[in-house]
Amino acid sequence: MATSFLSELMLGQHQLGASTIVSRGSLTAPTTDTLKAALFLASATINAATTAYSTTGEVTGTGYTAGGVTVTNATAPTSTNSSATAGVGYWTPSASFVYTSVTLATAFDCVLVYNSTQSNKAISVHTFGSQTITAGTFTLTMPSNTTTTALLRLATT
Amino acid sequence: MDDSLLEHRAGEIENDNELTTWVEYWLDEELVHRSVHVTLKKVPTFAGGDTASF
Repeated sequence: MATSFLSELMLGQHQLGASTIVSRGSLTAPTTDTLKAALFLASATINAATTAYSTTGEVTGTGYTAGGVTVTNATAPTSTNSSATAGVGYWTPSASFVYTSVTLATAFDCVLVYNSTQSNKAISVHTFGSQTITAGTFTLTMPSNTTTTALLRLATT
Repeated sequence: MDDSLLEHRAGEIENDNELTTWVEYWLDEELVHRSVHVTLKKVPTFAGGDTASF
């Protein structure tokens, strides 16, 4: 498989079947979708089977807005060959997810990244040690944007 | 408020998936502030961000 195809998937440059999407404006130079990051309770069932964001199981508390925060996306997906027959397409948000001045008294342990432009379709779920916040800030810093650590990675082997 | 009344506590956990630090302030045995900073190091396998092979 062409390695370039991996990042082009994330860029929306191929359409292999009929699909209904929310308009991205221009057909030839569509706008970038807005992504969001929402926090979910440790008791919630959020996993690879999650297809879209919903408020079920989402954290609630002072200072937290349902739906979470907007993801900063200043670096487009890219792809790199790892050999003559394999490669990786990858992407990482370009800033931390920061939930400022919140109180989240019930333990939470995951964040759902989803596409708020395209009907809140789920992109990925990332877990961490269970936490609570009291009149403070929760910061989720992204991994390095490399072929082995990027937040989203598609690979051929 | 006299800041000297606040008790400062902090901690850190590091594993293959994350480096997490937290800061707490306690007043008379009551938690009045807790902030957490999680740095993701590696996406957990089940989370869908793991490498997919075709």
